[in-house]
Amino acid sequence: MLIVSLIFLAIFSFLLSSRLNKERVELTRSGYKRSSLNAHYIYSFIIWSILLIMIVIFSSFSNFEKYLSLFFLIFTNFLLISYFFKQGFNAKAHLESIFGASLFLTAAIGIIITFAITLSIVFESIRFFEMVHVKEFIFGLKWNPQMAMHSEQSVSESAFGMVPVMMGTLLITFIAIAISLPIGIMAAIYLSFYVKSKTRDVLKPLIEILAGVPTVVYGYFAVIAISPIFKEIFSYFSIDIAAESALAAGFVMGIMIIPFVLSLTDDALNSVPGHLKDSALALGSTKSEMIRKVVLIAAAPNIAGAAILAFSRAIGETMIVAMAAGLVAKLSFNPLDSVTTATAQIVSLLIGDQEFNSPKTLAAFALALVLFIITFAFNILALVVVRKYKRY
Amino acid sequence: MQNLIKKNLDKRYKKEALFKKMGIFSISFCILFLVIFLGTIVFKGHKAFFVNKIALEVDFREESIRENSNKKENIGNLSFEEIANDLSFVKLVRKSIREKFSEYKDPQIINSAYKIVSDIADYRIQKSFEENPQFINSKQLIWVEVSSKVDVYLKYNISTSLKNEEVSIINNLVKKGEIKSFFNYGFFTSSDSREPEIAGISASLKGSFYTMIIFLIFAFPIGVASAFYLEEIAKKSKLNDLIEVSINNLAAIPSIIYGLLGLTVYLQFMNLPRSSSIVAGMTLAMLVLPVIIIATRNTIRSIPHSIKDAAMALGASKMQIIIHHLFPLSIPGIMTGTILAVSRALGETAPLLMIGMVAFIADSPQNFYEPSTVLPVQIFLWSDSPEIGFAEKTSAAILVLLTFLIAFNLFAIILRKKFERKW
Repeated sequence: MLIVSLIFLAIFSFLLSSRLNKERVELTRSGYKRSSLNAHYIYSFIIWSILLIMIVIFSSFSNFEKYLSLFFLIFTNFLLISYFFKQGFNAKAHLESIFGASLFLTAAIGIIITFAITLSIVFESIRFFEMVHVKEFIFGLKWNPQMAMHSEQSVSESAFGMVPVMMGTLLITFIAIAISLPIGIMAAIYLSFYVKSKTRDVLKPLIEILAGVPTVVYGYFAVIAISPIFKEIFSYFSIDIAAESALAAGFVMGIMIIPFVLSLTDDALNSVPGHLKDSALALGSTKSEMIRKVVLIAAAPNIAGAAILAFSRAIGETMIVAMAAGLVAKLSFNPLDSVTTATAQIVSLLIGDQEFNSPKTLAAFALALVLFIITFAFNILALVVVRKYKRY
Repeated sequence: MQNLIKKNLDKRYKKEALFKKMGIFSISFCILFLVIFLGTIVFKGHKAFFVNKIALEVDFREESIRENSNKKENIGNLSFEEIANDLSFVKLVRKSIREKFSEYKDPQIINSAYKIVSDIADYRIQKSFEENPQFINSKQLIWVEVSSKVDVYLKYNISTSLKNEEVSIINNLVKKGEIKSFFNYGFFTSSDSREPEIAGISASLKGSFYTMIIFLIFAFPIGVASAFYLEEIAKKSKLNDLIEVSINNLAAIPSIIYGLLGLTVYLQFMNLPRSSSIVAGMTLAMLVLPVIIIATRNTIRSIPHSIKDAAMALGASKMQIIIHHLFPLSIPGIMTGTILAVSRALGETAPLLMIGMVAFIADSPQNFYEPSTVLPVQIFLWSDSPEIGFAEKTSAAILVLLTFLIAFNLFAIILRKKFERKW
């Protein structure tokens, strides 16, 4: 079908081009001019024909009807274009607007995705909140969704309070930030102020390897290496530590975020104007004083923005916590305990076969809604901070 | 006074040195972690590229084939070919194991000897028999995998799941050279399996490949076209601002939320098949679209205005400027961005778990609609299983994945170095 229609298309394009060539000669002889080239007419013929072909192919016609309508439509198109040519239709402008419109449509996909995300999550969450009260979800201190395995089971047996889950998320995120921020910022400072550019060219890509490592690999590494090491260290001091401790998950997550913080801080440091640095040095400050008292303060809004983005990145991180953190929601601030996170809960709730009507499945969407709102707010906050407090 | 200044200065220099040390510490922490990380993975995974095989002498002679046929009745009346077609390879393997250990009289030892050989030995022998029909009427030496327990014992010297006499049998065989270590081709050519000794990554590699094709089909044209729209065509308007903001925001949304989107839109709403590579590719396309858009926009911005102005002065329209000038000039940058986007998509796991890519899939997918699995998901699945045999496979699969990612990134760097233009 496709081949036949392409053959039709080729034949008619050829006919059109020879016909237009002939007519153009006559037109020029009689003193008329066309602002568009013949090629433009042929291009618009081809584009419209392809559109028609697509419509016909995806229509519910029988095969014979399809061939017939293909031939007929392409032929009409052919006649129309040659008629338009005589009328002095500006094919170039026409093509131009088609081009612009199609590019606009592709760009609009960005909005469509955003709306689709918002709509899908919000609708599923609304269905969840029909079963579980909003108040209970936001302020409830117990999270135990696994009870409601089937929709027939009463919802009251299970608990859907997101506080312990969110606390766990925050705990692991704070550990990650506590590791990645100081190390990332110091590494960025060291790379931009203390190292020769050749060494920098070697070191920076090395650290950026860390950014390219898939998170599932980090998760596996946390499980097989970091957790046992921490267990070993803490049991040496005879301190109890859970096998799936928040500390191990947060530590690995922090390392995952280091390159992210590093590159954002690097940009922030580079954007500090050189005369500020030079004047600080000229006044006799040491390099570290120049960095701490001038550069860091000048770059503070951008670094704060970087920190906020790192925070929202850590909250949304999934695979590390799904593998290395626990699944039981505990209301605990002890980093040595096993806690769970929103993303880990989403994964455990939605893995496997799902029924879309059980509160257990829908709870995942409610958690996702909370995540979405938090990360969205943080991204906007980062933008606002950078814009509002910019000093130069 | 001078003393005071000197004291103060000393203090300041000390602080300076401390600051520098903190920087060195940070850098070395990162590098150290990288080394430990890669070292652990290589250390745990390198042995999975080798597998221990045991030599079995399989008897394909007529007498043995008649003895080991599945057909019980009228065996005398059937022709030899008919019997050979219905050969029980399980029995054949057992027979050759019995013969191999005929020196041991204890039936218990023979029983445990069955467990030295992998459960799929009969399948391997059947395959090599089908590939080499000339084996018939002869005795053939065929190397088959040992079972996972034995493999783990030989590689890591962990013998907790083996009895003492089994260990001595195995050591004996190794001494005689009847158990040898081979390069594990099966790891790259076979699919996932419940038996760790034969589980391989071919199905997940193929799934990853299909997923990447779908990903590119959707993400590449859309990403590039919208980048050109935003850079060149969009005028300042509310709608275009909205597009700009939403694309920047998409880049910061957690990846798992895209998984939920794929779940509701593609699986629930459009009813596409669960865990197929088309759904996976389309989900990843949404996720990585902003990466391609941002990379392309940066490339377009780096093209000097003079080129655009010159084209415009000669009467070129917007479309002609983009198609004839900006697009060809930005191809290297777009390629680099796309390769980086592919390497990002290749390692993404969380959204794929949401669209059901966690099922055990033993066959490699034949088309875009069949259930498939991808490499990172395979890693996730294997990392969950408690057997030691799978632990080394996990690390080996990670090594393969990292090799791909590093190769992609190197390629992107080379491409950038080679085609980068200094305007």
